[in-house]
Amino acid sequence: MSESAKLPLPQFRRLGQTSRRDAWWVQPAGVFAGLMAFIVYSTWAAHQGDHYWLASGGADYLSPFYSPEIFGSSPHSWFGEPPAWLMRVWPSFLPFSPAILILWAPGGFRLTCYYYRGAYYKAFWADPPSCAVGEPAFRRKRYRGEHSFPLILQNIHRYFLFIAIGFIFLLFYDAYRAFWFLGIDGRRGLGVGVGTIVLLINPILLSLYIFGCHTLRHIMGGKKDCISSCPKAMQGAYRGVTCLNRRHMLFAWLSLFWVGFADAYVRLCSMGLISDWRLL
Amino acid sequence: MPATTFRIWRGDPTSAQFKEYTTDISEGMVVLDAVHQIQAENAPDLACRWNCKAGKCGSCSAEINGRPRLMCMTRMDELPPGETVTIEPMRAFPHVRDLVTDVSWNFGVKERIKRFRPRKPDAPDGTWRMQQTDVDRVQEFRKCIECFLCQDVCHVLRDHHKHEEFVGPRYLVHLAALEMHPLDTEERVREIRRAHGIGYCNITKCCTKVCPEHITITDNAIIPLKERVVDEFYDPLTRLLRVFKPRRGASKDG
Repeated sequence: MSESAKLPLPQFRRLGQTSRRDAWWVQPAGVFAGLMAFIVYSTWAAHQGDHYWLASGGADYLSPFYSPEIFGSSPHSWFGEPPAWLMRVWPSFLPFSPAILILWAPGGFRLTCYYYRGAYYKAFWADPPSCAVGEPAFRRKRYRGEHSFPLILQNIHRYFLFIAIGFIFLLFYDAYRAFWFLGIDGRRGLGVGVGTIVLLINPILLSLYIFGCHTLRHIMGGKKDCISSCPKAMQGAYRGVTCLNRRHMLFAWLSLFWVGFADAYVRLCSMGLISDWRLL
Repeated sequence: MPATTFRIWRGDPTSAQFKEYTTDISEGMVVLDAVHQIQAENAPDLACRWNCKAGKCGSCSAEINGRPRLMCMTRMDELPPGETVTIEPMRAFPHVRDLVTDVSWNFGVKERIKRFRPRKPDAPDGTWRMQQTDVDRVQEFRKCIECFLCQDVCHVLRDHHKHEEFVGPRYLVHLAALEMHPLDTEERVREIRRAHGIGYCNITKCCTKVCPEHITITDNAIIPLKERVVDEFYDPLTRLLRVFKPRRGASKDG
């Protein structure tokens, strides 16, 4: 590649310098605002440790931020109250919250997701701020991308994918439980509340997002040079993942919004600020 | 359409600046037509590379209002009416003169990529058999016209000048076309990681946005290659499984 040394390359542009006339900053600003709003809300909600389930009106709702509830005080808890050994190692400045035990997994999946990586590199690091727009001067020659530490750790994405797929099943189970309401006779019967719909849409959107993952597409046959040599079921799965992958960005945002909305809905109902309408 | 003013980058690497030209625009004109008209009316020495005027030769790449585009495929009526149109040369390559850049670096990169090495013929007459589904995937990459707009917009080359370490999206597409080819038996993943520097790509998808052939560069070429690199170097489970299931020689899929 010695040719590059023959003539000088054009001078670097300053941060934000561009000849673009369109509002190039709108998209990164929108991504920044959207992700920041979610990070702030989810961090706040995860640290509350309360109002994350609803039992009033016979409902059986659990906020997706707290599912699975490994240790906790709600009826959804797998192993009951947090054990003494956990409370001994729990940081004293932090009130116990079941969400903190599990949110690293879906958070890690989104953090290492190929779509979000491209989006937050632009919106949070200005790397670049937008296509054909100048970058910060300090990073010019020191740029390493995902070639070395720390961003090389993004390659862990496939392990978060496997965990995230497990979460989908758990969230569908929560949606199933949301269909069963406690009657006055003390027995559970089939019913549908607004919260049921909210909790059902959540894993559906998450499935559309997670099953369109680039890594899953690779695992489902993309890694093969001859996809036709795979079993028919795998070829079908590859085509399905590819189809969802084309709308990966859309489902990434829809599922992000809805998981926050589902938590807010359960929280507001649990706090008594709104009532869950029973539809059936 | 009334007369339109153009700001065109004029000069050579030692001294260059924008110069303004005004010319009449008629219906159906593209930016390259306007540049030719300016050459004919006001600036016969204006240097500009072009050939087919049909979006297939990839010669007339430039930056129009800051966006990497083919001049022959940018219709004047797509641009904001009444506003000055800015035309600059590509910024990821050395400037030669006016709108012309030296893109020869790209050809040097291509020479470093391991060539296509097919498996032994499937039939005695020296021919191969491939399934259409396997060919369709790499066919997308063969639409590339080598306009180098993706290289131009890639910030790794444009803003970080990593020409020595990173081959750019155009050649990652080329590598994907070779690596995913159902007949190819060559191993390139090690080079893709090291010499071709795929890790420098941070998936901004700018290359996909500017591709005039609408090749889904990031999703269909770069990310699948990144995943193959992960398989080979960063995934301990896959590496462990490979110990128990070694590859067979005939083709990469075995």
